[in-house]
Amino acid sequence: MAVRHQDIHPLGQRAPLLRLSHVDKIFGGDVVALRDMTLQVNQGDFISLLGPSGCGKSTALRIISDLMHPTRGRVDWEGGQGQGDLGVVFQEPTLMPWATVAQNVWLPFRLAGKSYGDVKDDILEVLRLVGLEKFLNAYPRELSGGMKMRVSIARAIATNPRLILMDEPFAALDEITRHKLNNDLLKLKAKIGCTVIFVTHSVFESVFLSDRIVVMAARPGRVLTELTVDAPYPRGEDFRTSPEYAAHARRASEALRDAMEEPA
Amino acid sequence: MTLADTPPPPLTDTRDEDEIRRARAARIEKIAKWALPVVMLTLTIAGWAWIVTANDIPHYILPGPDRVWGSLVEDWGMLIDAAFLTGWITLLALILAVVGGAGLAILFNQSRMLELSFYPYAVILQVTPVVSIAPLIFIYVDSKVAGMLLCAWLVAFFPVLSSTTLGLNSVDHNLRDLFRIYGATRWQRLRYLQLPAALPYFLGGLKIAGGLSLIGAVVAELVAGTGGIGSGLAFRIQEAGYRLNIARMFAALALVAAMGVFIFAALSVLSHLLLRKWHESALTRER
Repeated sequence: MAVRHQDIHPLGQRAPLLRLSHVDKIFGGDVVALRDMTLQVNQGDFISLLGPSGCGKSTALRIISDLMHPTRGRVDWEGGQGQGDLGVVFQEPTLMPWATVAQNVWLPFRLAGKSYGDVKDDILEVLRLVGLEKFLNAYPRELSGGMKMRVSIARAIATNPRLILMDEPFAALDEITRHKLNNDLLKLKAKIGCTVIFVTHSVFESVFLSDRIVVMAARPGRVLTELTVDAPYPRGEDFRTSPEYAAHARRASEALRDAMEEPA
Repeated sequence: MTLADTPPPPLTDTRDEDEIRRARAARIEKIAKWALPVVMLTLTIAGWAWIVTANDIPHYILPGPDRVWGSLVEDWGMLIDAAFLTGWITLLALILAVVGGAGLAILFNQSRMLELSFYPYAVILQVTPVVSIAPLIFIYVDSKVAGMLLCAWLVAFFPVLSSTTLGLNSVDHNLRDLFRIYGATRWQRLRYLQLPAALPYFLGGLKIAGGLSLIGAVVAELVAGTGGIGSGLAFRIQEAGYRLNIARMFAALALVAAMGVFIFAALSVLSHLLLRKWHESALTRER
């Protein structure tokens, strides 16, 4: 798999990738799911969307992935969007139970018309990246929850997409597995240099993973503020116990508390 | 001295009382599973024989099991021919039910308008008893075989249709979204997502359809009677009844039952083979 090289400029000097401009989403004419969301996504960003239920995080992801059209506003991809630009990880592993691990990872290639033989090496390599190269021929039911999620991540990065969307991917996992997957996700990102938008309920997860945290509020769903986590990567267990981490977590918690209290 | 200073006793006899009791229960059940039905069958046949001899029941009212067995041996040639005909009609009807039922389900799934137009009529066909439609069918369909096939098909196709429809619509919605994000065509979605997802449902419908197509074939034979095409088991039962050859009735009935069991077993094996790798229904749970 070709590594997507990108500029290691400090934040704000990265090349733009995607821009949401004044996006509104209104359901049934009166339920405002998302109000005036503007977000610039740059290459190499790790952005967390953090907020309470009903703040429009998932709606934003659905609009970015073109599963839903904005009521107003625009989504613009730098250089236009093509097939294979997006990788998605849902809260559930969302694997096909009748297909082996390798066949599940093959899916995005297969839908693009590529035979298994053509992409066998790519499949092997991403499975190696997530540490599952020995489970090529296993069926999902034979895997633990964490392993299933790894397959899901392998599938999302297999085609080397420009942007990876993750919708609370680790919310259903236990704390130990979640920490492990958070660490591995950062290592993975360092290796392949992808751009990630990560939806989460967890302040700690967002601080640990991202360099930008977009705090959102509910009723109507909207962006309240954006925080920068300027701690350098790679981040590991040391970062998790550092005062710096605690300070960022406090800031993010306060912003989230404001988001819960802020009247529309 | 702390707790850690005491070494645990060595693990010698690792099977505790619970384990032993559970193993014994499992062993007994394994034998009882086939032994009990055999014992029950033997007792029933012995009881039947005893009732017939003890009460001097004439064989044209209730033949003993020996007479039924005799008829089965004596009329074997005729009965097996009849069984082949009935089996053939049943098999053809089942194949047509699969093609028609699954085909219609896919069509309905691809076009909501088609589904809205035709689904109610599929239901009406299903809920109208086939015995009441059969005489009409044989008025308009000249070929007995075609008429019998049509009858059997009418009863058998609906479970395939309804269960496959359910299966095609039971796709995980995240997977559906994923296919959309990856720009899957309608055909790709059907081929790689909906059909595999529908397979367990389809196989469930197929098991029901197998039994129903035999019922359909038998009903059709009873209504059609003989007409130069040879005679199936149902017709043999009817004919033997007119001649008060009750032993042969029982013999033919046993063959019909055996066919039903065979169809069910064959379809169960098929279902197991297709699903054993991934589907919950085919898994053997560990304790």
